[in-house]
Amino acid sequence: MTYTREADHGTPPATTNTRSVTLTIDGATVTMPEGTSIMRAASLARCGSIPKLCATDSLESFGSCRLCLVEVEGRAGYPASCTTPVAPGMVVRTQTERLKQLRRGVMELYISDHPLDCLTCAANGDCELQTQAGAVGLRDVRYGYEGATNMGQAKDTSNPYFDFDPSKCIVCSRCVRACDEVQGTFALTIEGKGFDSKVSPGGHADFLSSECVSCGACVQACPTATLTEKKVVEVGTPDRAVVTTCAYCGVGCTFRAEMRGEELVRMVPWKDGKANRGHSCVKGRFAWGYANHQDRILNPMIRESVDQPWREVSWEEAIAHTASEFRRIQAQYGTRSVGGITSSRCTNEETFLVQKLIRQGFGNNNVDTCARVCHSPTGYGLKTTFGTSAGTQDFDSVMQSDVILLIGANPTDGHPVFASRMKRRLRQGAKLIVIDPRRIDLVKSPHIEAAHHLPLRPGTNVALLTAMAHVIVSEKLYDEPFVRTRCDWDEFADWAQFVSEPGRSPEATAPLTGVPAEDVRAAARLFATGGNGAIYYGLGVTEHSQGSSTVMAIANLAMATGNVGREGVGVNPLRGQNNVQGSCDMGSFPHEFPGYRHVSDVETRALFEQAWGVALDGEPGLRIPNMLDAATDGSFKALFVQGEDILQSDPNTHHVAAGLAAMECVVVQDLFLNETANYAHVFLPGSTFLEKDGTFTNAERRIQRVRRVMSPLNGYADWEVVQLLAQAMDLGWDYTHPSQIMDEIAALTPSFAGVNYDRLEAEGSLQWPVNDAAPDGSPIMHMDGFVRGKGKFVVTDYVPTDEKTGPRFPLLLTTGRILSHYNVGAQTRRTGNVAWHPEDRLEIHPLDAENRGLRDGDWVSLKSRAGETTLRALITERVAPGVVYTTFHHPDTQANVITTDFSDWATNCPEYKVTAVQVSASNGPSAWQENYAEQARASRRIAVLESAK
Amino acid sequence: MTRVYISRDMASVALGADELAATFRQAGCEVVRTGSRGLFSIEPLAEVEVDGVRIGYGPIAPGDVPAVLAGDHANRLGEVAALPFFAGQQRFTFARCGVTDPLSLADYAAHDGWRGLDAARAMAPQAVVDAVKASGLRGRGGAGFPTGIKWQTVLEAAGPTKFIVCNADEGDSGTFADRMLMEGDPFCLIEGMAIAAHAVGAGHGYIYIRSEYPFAIATMQEAIALSAQRVAPFTLEVRVGAGAYVCGEETALLDSIEGKRGQVRAKPPLPALSGLFGRPTVINNVLSLAAVPFILDAGAEAYAAVGFGRSRGTMPVQIAGNVKHGGLYEIGFGVTLGELVNGIGGGTASGKPVRAVQVGGPLGAYIPPSQFDLPFDYEAFAAAGALIGHAGITVFDEDADMARLARFAMEFCAVESCGKCTPCRIGSTRGIEILDRIIDARDGQAVKNAQERASGYLGKALNSRAPDRIDADIASQTALLHDLADTMKYGSLCALGGFTPYPVLSALDHFPEDFGAVQVAEELA
Repeated sequence: MTYTREADHGTPPATTNTRSVTLTIDGATVTMPEGTSIMRAASLARCGSIPKLCATDSLESFGSCRLCLVEVEGRAGYPASCTTPVAPGMVVRTQTERLKQLRRGVMELYISDHPLDCLTCAANGDCELQTQAGAVGLRDVRYGYEGATNMGQAKDTSNPYFDFDPSKCIVCSRCVRACDEVQGTFALTIEGKGFDSKVSPGGHADFLSSECVSCGACVQACPTATLTEKKVVEVGTPDRAVVTTCAYCGVGCTFRAEMRGEELVRMVPWKDGKANRGHSCVKGRFAWGYANHQDRILNPMIRESVDQPWREVSWEEAIAHTASEFRRIQAQYGTRSVGGITSSRCTNEETFLVQKLIRQGFGNNNVDTCARVCHSPTGYGLKTTFGTSAGTQDFDSVMQSDVILLIGANPTDGHPVFASRMKRRLRQGAKLIVIDPRRIDLVKSPHIEAAHHLPLRPGTNVALLTAMAHVIVSEKLYDEPFVRTRCDWDEFADWAQFVSEPGRSPEATAPLTGVPAEDVRAAARLFATGGNGAIYYGLGVTEHSQGSSTVMAIANLAMATGNVGREGVGVNPLRGQNNVQGSCDMGSFPHEFPGYRHVSDVETRALFEQAWGVALDGEPGLRIPNMLDAATDGSFKALFVQGEDILQSDPNTHHVAAGLAAMECVVVQDLFLNETANYAHVFLPGSTFLEKDGTFTNAERRIQRVRRVMSPLNGYADWEVVQLLAQAMDLGWDYTHPSQIMDEIAALTPSFAGVNYDRLEAEGSLQWPVNDAAPDGSPIMHMDGFVRGKGKFVVTDYVPTDEKTGPRFPLLLTTGRILSHYNVGAQTRRTGNVAWHPEDRLEIHPLDAENRGLRDGDWVSLKSRAGETTLRALITERVAPGVVYTTFHHPDTQANVITTDFSDWATNCPEYKVTAVQVSASNGPSAWQENYAEQARASRRIAVLESAK
Repeated sequence: MTRVYISRDMASVALGADELAATFRQAGCEVVRTGSRGLFSIEPLAEVEVDGVRIGYGPIAPGDVPAVLAGDHANRLGEVAALPFFAGQQRFTFARCGVTDPLSLADYAAHDGWRGLDAARAMAPQAVVDAVKASGLRGRGGAGFPTGIKWQTVLEAAGPTKFIVCNADEGDSGTFADRMLMEGDPFCLIEGMAIAAHAVGAGHGYIYIRSEYPFAIATMQEAIALSAQRVAPFTLEVRVGAGAYVCGEETALLDSIEGKRGQVRAKPPLPALSGLFGRPTVINNVLSLAAVPFILDAGAEAYAAVGFGRSRGTMPVQIAGNVKHGGLYEIGFGVTLGELVNGIGGGTASGKPVRAVQVGGPLGAYIPPSQFDLPFDYEAFAAAGALIGHAGITVFDEDADMARLARFAMEFCAVESCGKCTPCRIGSTRGIEILDRIIDARDGQAVKNAQERASGYLGKALNSRAPDRIDADIASQTALLHDLADTMKYGSLCALGGFTPYPVLSALDHFPEDFGAVQVAEELA
């Protein structure tokens, strides 16, 4: 693809109208949906191009620039084509002498207040003002340049990623409108009026100190160089663009990677992307600088023991060494003494290859993935109740929702692009119920206010959701026809009896949950009776000892109220990592082949055995915590970890470290020497998503292409490295392109049967299942019936966690993430995002802080039964008294030193969200932090570099 | 006890009405505060009731009270309503203004109040809309759009929630009819809004009053409270503007009520279909709504019987500026401009000949006496390149500098522009600059030399577009002014930018000599 801007039809498509209107534009007969603007109609029908500046098709029409004036027969004056809808029989002229004269007159005014430094301007060649000045044929500015001017104002360069140069602003308000309409943050405004009208970051001194969340919508919307990516200023305009998929969260935004040669100039959200619909967040849009960060390791390295410095070696040596170590260890300790962890940041194809390597090459099922520690309860719970381990809706569905129930998720930080969609729907009038211990932004932000916020005590999800069910059942608000036709009625009856017992009423459970009973009742009534009810949830649901129970309690609520199987409803896990859905789909669990088929199933196993030409183990393998336990017991000796940092991300760091230290060969493949690599013997450099082909599957089961835009700095894409390992183990792999891997996946996995690269190329994306039953994929699941047949109601009895507060640990710690950082921060900490969040902070309520004599910014010790760390306090009422909160993005803090071994009863998903802690004043890092810092420093020594010095 | 009637209108108070009232009270009189009669040359005015007849004295000062009470003051006017200024009027809308106590429900009821509302409520909504249509009433805010058709659109619009919004952001210089009515007969406006609410199915109304009208705000608020039961279930509230002229534009006004920056919205959608908070909304001027009770009470025919051409009914004309008898004069359409200015207004206050009048506020055209036979009629004015607007007439004598008045029009636009559309935002400022160059050249000030200009901002950086290439002579600047006016008139989003060319071009067309045209002619010769 060479570089051209995406087509811009000026105004958004007409909404919800199927009637069409026929009119004449410049002599051509044109038929368009009613409600379409004349501007859009002319653009779609290719009837010339009407000049425009304030119009762009991602925003509602505004009508301020007055360049798009047209003539309409029988109408006085010159209506603006952006704000005038087509009408039957209308005769429109877009190019006349009179219009030329008017447009030139307007443009002459624009240019009378615009610097004429086009040749040295960052937008030179990519500027709508420049283009339109050319289009209208402006040749002279008779007003001169002595008069009043808005030029010569200071640039605001405070944002790490873009500059704001008000001197070049034409006050089209596209940035302000993008911030309002698309992002929903309302950070920008126009200050002053008339000639003094100026774009302002909400009256703040500059963009960085404003409410701006740096989503980039304003920069994308700006038609001039007023808001410009710093990278464009530095590099110049792109010369080609490649559509690819973001490697951050599970929303799966698609971007145009705009390149100049091999250099990435900017990532611009792709308007045709069905997950993001042309929007982005600060991470996907801007925080990709880690790809070229100096910390990246580009050569393979090995060492005999972890106290030695690394030794750089050739790929051949590293691969041969790894293969021989695994074979040696298996010979010595048994087939099941080794295993691997797939990466939810790698592609489907890479994940598939890693589990294939383990199943086919290692001969066991010791494969697991990071979903173990995030959404494994989702897989279990939804498979049990509905029959599929995935969310039920596409993201577009939220635009049809009337009531949104948000549980244990913080989309404005974790899934910002979807949050913007949700906010748009909320501004249209949908109601919101938030169940979260913290007062997250969606509870109240500009033009958004939750109807109910139920700030429950961490760990009481099941009690609260059962209390809601109690109200729905006892007040007969359930959807009996739905339940009778779609679900097992007897199971419903059992469940209904269970939830309606008096002990499960909101009044009875209020002392446990801490939520007033009347709020629970009101929320339950609203959800049951408010129209289309959609449930969105995050790790605040799953990362508990009752994570799977909570997922099933959610499914029960959705089924009881008839909110499954159509647009606007459903149960929607907001998946954390870019390809966590895909890594689960690809057989990353120790008990399941790709497509969630149990390894004990003879028929499935035979299928894979035939394809791979080996006998496969029918016994489920070890989960991550089991591997670590087995390692400390001495029976598990070697681990291949691709693209995951379990030392930082998994709970109870001490235990993880002990497990890793007990192994004889730990192989880490990653971009950076991460924390786990401190315990590794082999380091294989990884490649970024910009350097490889493949696919990611997002939270809406949407399979999207990842496209290589630059050569791998380390020489190989990750799938090639896995193939080298397989070849060194004589597995006879011979893939030349990831498309062949997808073909193999499709051949072996019924839900992927219809997926191939040609179709992805043609259709942009596909939502699984894609097979004979659903040839075009499945945006919404369970439309005609549940995948498992009848929807299953599961009784979910509330069992309090064993992690309890007491005199020594009186507070409850819950953890989460923040907008500017992603997971363990390996990527985002190596970008300009540190400007917003340079360290993890402990959120603590003013009452708790005062009791401990803490002031905002003080260093505090955070201590649990598992460990201790120190970090700085942030005093805020976002958390309730008795609850503290922190993020886990920074290894200097290592929040997971604090978290415990408690986990979900069904899936071992760790109980990150509930840890009893004590907080006290501190004057320095904990002993553990000091020791670990020293150890990490020593472990990261690289011999070659040292000798070179 | 002697009863004395004294206006509480802001203009009367400014002239000393409060002090006058206090003095009458001290003298043992019962003082009834009314609205203003509307003729300011006789204010402060006291009307002393004698045998049921109100005898006016004005203008008078507190010291004149004993003489007035004695009945022998020199400024005895006799029965005020019989004065020629009033006798010639057709007071349909302002019938009670200056006569009744504005906040007396009893007074209001005794003077035909609520009859229109009671009549309307006995009718089906469509019948009310039909009556307004049949009356020929057109929007008195300036645009002259048929009120009944607007109401019909709102009546037919779907939706359970509709609004009535009264535009009382009377910002045109030289106009005061809205204020006088709100201060002098607030129940009349409330009744009109209640009728509109019944006609279209609205439950709530807003009166948007400019902050410069504190008396009107207080009076309306009190009147709303007093009449709440009478107009229930319709409810009303006052919203106060924040000093922006452009918020008198209906869509900017709606944005302002919604709590947003007052910026003009593009139409469509029409406010009638998607107005306040996106709901179907009747938005009418004070005078339009206040005309409705008469129409429903006396009948559409009675209203439509008065008028001229397609301009039916009466217009409360406001005569101001350099004029002998300034004030409010309500009369049927069709009266000529000359009658209004020279007859009723009595010519200039200075006694010098009238040079021009500006009709329709700061965006109205300047009209020379040669066109004084123009009948007061929307179509006739439009044909003459002028507008009636809110029917304010500002009179200028021969000392007026029409180029400076044209500059004032541009300056007014620049100051009041909301900044949304480009022709108005940048054009008005460029217009000032052009007129400055023309005035400088006309006044013989040397045009700054090229070098001086080139040293300014950008001057040195620019080669292709060097500032010294500006043709600063009067002919070029006049041509540029014409082009700019064309861009503003046809390119602007709303009437602020779109109508600013009217005063500018009318001044230029009718008084070219003020723009240095003579010099140009001489130079050419």
